Amino acid sequence: MSTYSVVAAGFGGQGVMLMGKIIAEAAMHDGKKVTWLPSYGPEMRGGTANCTVVISDEDIGSPVVDTPDVVIAMNIPSMIKFEEVLKKDGILLINSSVVDRQPTRKDVKVFKIKANDVADEIGNVKVLNMVALGAFAKASGLITFGSIKKALEETMTGKKKVFLDINIKAVQEGMEKIEKA
Amino acid sequence: MIDKIVAKMPESLSGKEFTYCPGCHHGIVHRLIAEVIDELGIREKTLIVAPVGCSVFAYEFFNVDGTVAPHGRAPAVATGMKRATPDKIVFTYQGDGDLASIGTAEIVHAANRGENITTIFINNAVYGMTGGQMAPTTLLGQKTTTTPYGRDAKANGYPIRMSEMLSTLSGVAYIERVMVTTPQNVIKAKKAIKKAFEAQIKGLGFSLVEVLSTCPTNWGKSPVEAGKWLEENMAKYYPLGVYVDRTKEAE
Amino acid sequence: MKMLFKGSEAIAEAAIRAGCRLYFGYPITPQSELTEYMSRRLPEVGGTFLQAESEVATVNMMYGASCTGKRVMTSTSSPGFSLMMEGISYMAGGELPAVFVNVVRGGPGLGDIQPAQSDYFQATKGGGHGDYRMIVLAPHTIQEAVDLMNLAFDLADKYRMLVTILADGMLGQMMEPVEFPPMRDPNDVPEKDWALTGAKGRPPRKVTSFHIDPYELEKMNLRYQATYKKVEENEVRYEELNTDGADIIVAAYGTMARIVKTVIHMAEKEGIKVGLFRPITLWPFPYKRLNELADTVDTILTVEMSYGQMLEDVRLGVNGKAKTPFYGRSAGVVPTPTEVLDAVKKAIGR
Ligand SMILES: Cc1ncc(C[n+]2csc(CCOP(=O)(O)OP(=O)(O)O)c2C)c(N)n1
Ligand code: SF4
Repeated sequence: MSTYSVVAAGFGGQGVMLMGKIIAEAAMHDGKKVTWLPSYGPEMRGGTANCTVVISDEDIGSPVVDTPDVVIAMNIPSMIKFEEVLKKDGILLINSSVVDRQPTRKDVKVFKIKANDVADEIGNVKVLNMVALGAFAKASGLITFGSIKKALEETMTGKKKVFLDINIKAVQEGMEKIEKA
Repeated sequence: MIDKIVAKMPESLSGKEFTYCPGCHHGIVHRLIAEVIDELGIREKTLIVAPVGCSVFAYEFFNVDGTVAPHGRAPAVATGMKRATPDKIVFTYQGDGDLASIGTAEIVHAANRGENITTIFINNAVYGMTGGQMAPTTLLGQKTTTTPYGRDAKANGYPIRMSEMLSTLSGVAYIERVMVTTPQNVIKAKKAIKKAFEAQIKGLGFSLVEVLSTCPTNWGKSPVEAGKWLEENMAKYYPLGVYVDRTKEAE
Repeated sequence: MKMLFKGSEAIAEAAIRAGCRLYFGYPITPQSELTEYMSRRLPEVGGTFLQAESEVATVNMMYGASCTGKRVMTSTSSPGFSLMMEGISYMAGGELPAVFVNVVRGGPGLGDIQPAQSDYFQATKGGGHGDYRMIVLAPHTIQEAVDLMNLAFDLADKYRMLVTILADGMLGQMMEPVEFPPMRDPNDVPEKDWALTGAKGRPPRKVTSFHIDPYELEKMNLRYQATYKKVEENEVRYEELNTDGADIIVAAYGTMARIVKTVIHMAEKEGIKVGLFRPITLWPFPYKRLNELADTVDTILTVEMSYGQMLEDVRLGVNGKAKTPFYGRSAGVVPTPTEVLDAVKKAIGR
């Protein structure tokens, strides 16, 4: 592995920022260098949000990426926006609970996860971001379950601790229920 | 609720989609101002000075000429406009960070000069745009992102009552504090706004309407809870009512 | 142990570790997280946080705090930094140490809230009135920003000068793993024989920039100039990467320099050897080293998130010895690695 970049994008409320942060934190626990760069500003309010995570064995130069290796598209606008810039042979992970159309690119590897449905089955639709994260871990092999768990344990503290187990469960389910399209 | 009162869009709104969060009162107040401008038939000679805050795009939302001032300086910019073109109707639209914090000097002196402009002042007890920091109007004990342990009078002083403070100045023609939580008080708020603009049209001096408003997003409340919190907490500390009315003396 | 930290918050924590217990500030995007972090954290360590009513008040609160000899700082973004210029000039005239963090965003005017480097002139060439200088440090990673906070407070105290950390919205908003230095004792700072501590058993001390007699004022100014000269001689800092035998050298600072580091790898794959010259102190600017490097290459390309501000210093340094083309985007638009690579190729005629 040298340097990998991941863009996670979706609606404001879908938790893509936290998803990116957990990816970065897990990779850090795996001994990698990481950067996490959010989109911020007016588009955040109600609109779409995205963040870019760079994972590398070496010091990271640019946290800005023009052709990501992986795109996690949680809604249609995100898929349309980022499918275009995805690297050739890159990974496109689609939240097929929300995205009801096919991607146009034929030179990329497409994976699907019904993130909302799986989260709903577990009992809390809010953990859809962790379902997608689990699917991402499986599809990309970039982060290990052990470090995801550690990252979650460090993030879900205090009042949030009650949500730890369901988040971990969501990651596991995501790893299992991912489909190769 | 407000849609039942007024069905069609006032001519004085541009029709651009508001950028406000669900349940935010900025949008309601915009509508009321636009209706008043329509009713007074002054659209073509009205100039708006927008602030820096969530309503920074107010100059886009109104179908009138307008600009946006540096943070807090709208009353000075409006003063320049009014002195240069006294036949125009000039109003500022400002939040509580803009008007009561960084812009205190400008609002006090515009009011004191009896500057013949109108100010609509949105008091939502926080800085909305920058993410819910303390405003000078934040209530004691209220948690914000810069008062994580609750506002403490010793460290941060007391919530400032701008309408009361400004009403001590001789240049003021009209000041009223209102809220827009129910159809009844929306009607009152609109009347107040109309009176303020009329004071300017008659050349009576400075006029201001303070609107107690919600910021559900940064209060961490649903729109309904936010309205309730406003009525139960803000309206107690900031009493509604007319603070100055020189429109009658003038008649 | 490394922790994943947001740039703004990491800078705040580093300032506290450097012994700063006084923060005055006013919220502004994209750095409000720094202000908010201070509001949570300073009370925990017995420090004082105060949200001022404006940036004008902020800088004058710093003026007062600095008069007493305590370490003090603020953070802001471009429009707020503009408002501080008057106070900055007064503080420079009073030879008061303090640290400013400017997380630059797109301008002019209200501009936007995205990353930019368009406040370079304001930070390095004045902004306020009078013949004053500020030390300007430009970190390019969060770790470097953390490391520079200690230096910033030390330089401020040592030279009785203002130090500005010139960052940008990207550095403020992004996250990276960082390692913090140990906590310094806030009382363990150099003795300040000019501080206003009460005239007990000694003649009263005064801090002022006011000297009605021009010859007196000139004397003061010559003293400032002597200090500035010392700083220019001793405190120039920069990083060089791959400059030896490079086909082209790119001059860039802060976030832009990070992006160039990626471009170096991309260019390598195409057989182009790109060197990076990265000023860490924007004032004092590393003119001398740049002049030496100009003997070794034909082209020194300046890349900035502005329309060419540092470029003027690069040209002064190069002094006509090499070609000095420019590539930049501003207003909150950040040049991508591919764009910069294209600019590099164009500059060397590929
Ligand atoms: C000189 C300057 N300082 C700070 C800011 C950042 N800023 C933008 S809006 C705002 C406060 C907004 O709060 P308020 O006036 O209460 O309006 P609201 O967003 O709540 O409607 C601040 C501090 C700025 N734009 N300019
Ligand atoms: S942040 Fe608050 S004031 Fe701003 S639009 Fe949203 S609800 Fe309204």
